[in-house]
Amino acid sequence: MWGDDDRLREPYARFHQWFRDEDPARLRAKQREAENLFRLTGITFNVYGRSEAEERLIPFDIIPRIISGHEWQKLARGIEQRVRAINAFIHDIYHKQEIVRAGRIPEEMISRNDAFLPHMIGVEPPGGIYTHIIGIDIVRTGPGEFFVLEDNARTPSGVSYMLENRETMLQMFPELFSRNRVRPVQNYPTDLRRSLAASAPTMADGSPVVAVLTPGIYNSAYFEHAFLADQMGVELVEGHDLKVVDGRVAMRTTRGYKPIDVLYRRVDDDFLDPLNFNPKSQLGVPGIMDVYRAGGITIANAPGTGIADDKAIYSYMPEIVEFYTGERPLLKNVPTWRCSEPEDLAHVLDNLADLVVKEVHGSGGYGMLIGPTASKKDISAFRAKLKARPGNYIAQPTLSLSTVPIFSRQGLAPRHVDLRPFVLASPRGIKITPGGLTRVALKKGSLVVNSSQGGGTKDTWVLED
Amino acid sequence: MRLKIQHVTRYRFETPVSYGLQQLRKTPKTTPQQQIIAWQTRVEHGRKELAFEDYHHNTVELISFSRGTTELSVISEGEMELTDTAGIVGPHRGPAPLWLYRRSTELTRPRPRVRELLRGSEASPDLEGLHRLMRAIRDAVSYETGISHAGWSAEDALEAGRGVCQDHTHIFLACAREMGLPARYVSGYLMLDDSTSQDAMHAWAEAHIENLGWVGFDVSNGISPDVRYVRVATGLDYAEASPVTGMQTGGTGEALAVRIDVAQQ
Repeated sequence: MWGDDDRLREPYARFHQWFRDEDPARLRAKQREAENLFRLTGITFNVYGRSEAEERLIPFDIIPRIISGHEWQKLARGIEQRVRAINAFIHDIYHKQEIVRAGRIPEEMISRNDAFLPHMIGVEPPGGIYTHIIGIDIVRTGPGEFFVLEDNARTPSGVSYMLENRETMLQMFPELFSRNRVRPVQNYPTDLRRSLAASAPTMADGSPVVAVLTPGIYNSAYFEHAFLADQMGVELVEGHDLKVVDGRVAMRTTRGYKPIDVLYRRVDDDFLDPLNFNPKSQLGVPGIMDVYRAGGITIANAPGTGIADDKAIYSYMPEIVEFYTGERPLLKNVPTWRCSEPEDLAHVLDNLADLVVKEVHGSGGYGMLIGPTASKKDISAFRAKLKARPGNYIAQPTLSLSTVPIFSRQGLAPRHVDLRPFVLASPRGIKITPGGLTRVALKKGSLVVNSSQGGGTKDTWVLED
Repeated sequence: MRLKIQHVTRYRFETPVSYGLQQLRKTPKTTPQQQIIAWQTRVEHGRKELAFEDYHHNTVELISFSRGTTELSVISEGEMELTDTAGIVGPHRGPAPLWLYRRSTELTRPRPRVRELLRGSEASPDLEGLHRLMRAIRDAVSYETGISHAGWSAEDALEAGRGVCQDHTHIFLACAREMGLPARYVSGYLMLDDSTSQDAMHAWAEAHIENLGWVGFDVSNGISPDVRYVRVATGLDYAEASPVTGMQTGGTGEALAVRIDVAQQ
């Protein structure tokens, strides 16, 4: 909210004026009201790694994060460039591997990568799109300066929070939206449906049938699956609702089986098809990969896209962007040490107290070490893990993340934030919803924003300039 | 040489099958060594859903069981024209990258007995060295049907000291990959000299040797394949090249009858 010189940043001007005139008691009441609204809508999530799957509410903070139209435009161009490169990269990896032949990425990065899915070799996905729905995690470190933390090219979650956060703000503070020209996010479900339909296989007729595949009610993101299906006006299905009929994947309806053209699946690759992958999976559809390879369905995102969001591949993203777009990368990558390389490992082991160390395939903030805030005991335990399996880790410096105030008991208090914009890719082009999900570390000084680690969320505004 | 082949698989079930799929890899490959003169697969009490080519260049057909059926028959038949190339299949032509064939799998993991055999075999990653490996495997595991299971790994077969062509092939693949060579499993037909009728497909290995490309090794018979061999499907191991991979609900009490006829025209 405030710049380096402690002056109010321009996009926050109108908001701050409003805030100054508000009665803190009324705002506190509103904050409680917001929490009740979330509880009523049923937005909760399950936390893994606890003795029992515990349902929790993600804390919502009523102070919006505000981005100027100008800054957003710059960011959006960088995101678009990155998404184009990611789709081109995945296509190349499952075809000629020109980037490996050109010596820009070592062969071992692919051949020893668990996320490489041989079943995708030579497959042409409908419309040429691999990752249809992408969430790119970004942090701001200064004016116009953004770093990409992670590319989520498999199944980015959280878009339902983006929509509900806005809905809640509109209900509680309608006056704010008449004072500020905030770009809407509510078209996301319509855009998602259009983008998926545009990615249908050629055999689909005029109005492609779209469905959302969920692992079921015990999945931590079930709420989001149901919410998105409902908002798009499409069926929410589980594996046992589907089977192969006439060479297509079809869902049971009251009038017999109906073929699905595009399946937005929220089931991981390994569980997607017991005939082709994990035979023990109860969540998937036997034969769906065969139908896919014969061109009878679009699976969004495509199987095997994990090769692009692996954290070791991440360190090559600047090369990847340049190789496929022929342009200089507009967004910066955080410098990354690959512990699989002896020199990098030595550096990381010598500087553990200053670095963030992450698992190559980890997510949700689990299994990571944050050097500056870790105890000596934690660091020495992590050192042993690193030495045992160096290839499993990467390390990055801690960045000075920008802060946005939260509404605390003592009034406004700065907290670190990141941003996950949601991107849709189809043969018709790339569409980025203005804003995204802002996650905020609620603990003072903390850099971990993951909801599973006690982070909260905020509404994110992109202003019309 | 021209071979006429018929492969009939009949399943019977005590209870009806409510839903089921089978992935078939039963269509011979077209290569410079073998041409398809005619080939077709028919299904009785089931239907063909679709076909595609997998990442090993195998033709895959997906079939479904007729709802409530208690039987299913799959009949593949045709004629092949074979040319002798002394077991040499030639350069790698994808679509999978060559490095994929260096990957070990659950069935071909190099465990202690595999490593021990490799050490004592005087094998090396060249033509002569691989023939030595082939002999060492035949000495260690005698050919005997009815002992091994489809799920046996290379290590399991070495421990038992007995096995069939599938087991011999898995041991060869484990050793070849341990030496750093790309290697693959081949499932196919073999014309026998003494009888035309058989009850199973044959299996052998291929290793990728510098300057030669892919070369076949039939461990069970101790030779490199010739004009009597028809290559049908390839993969990293049996699981990827097997003629049938299936799933079904219902259909308990399965009885299976396989009859294969391979005869010179």
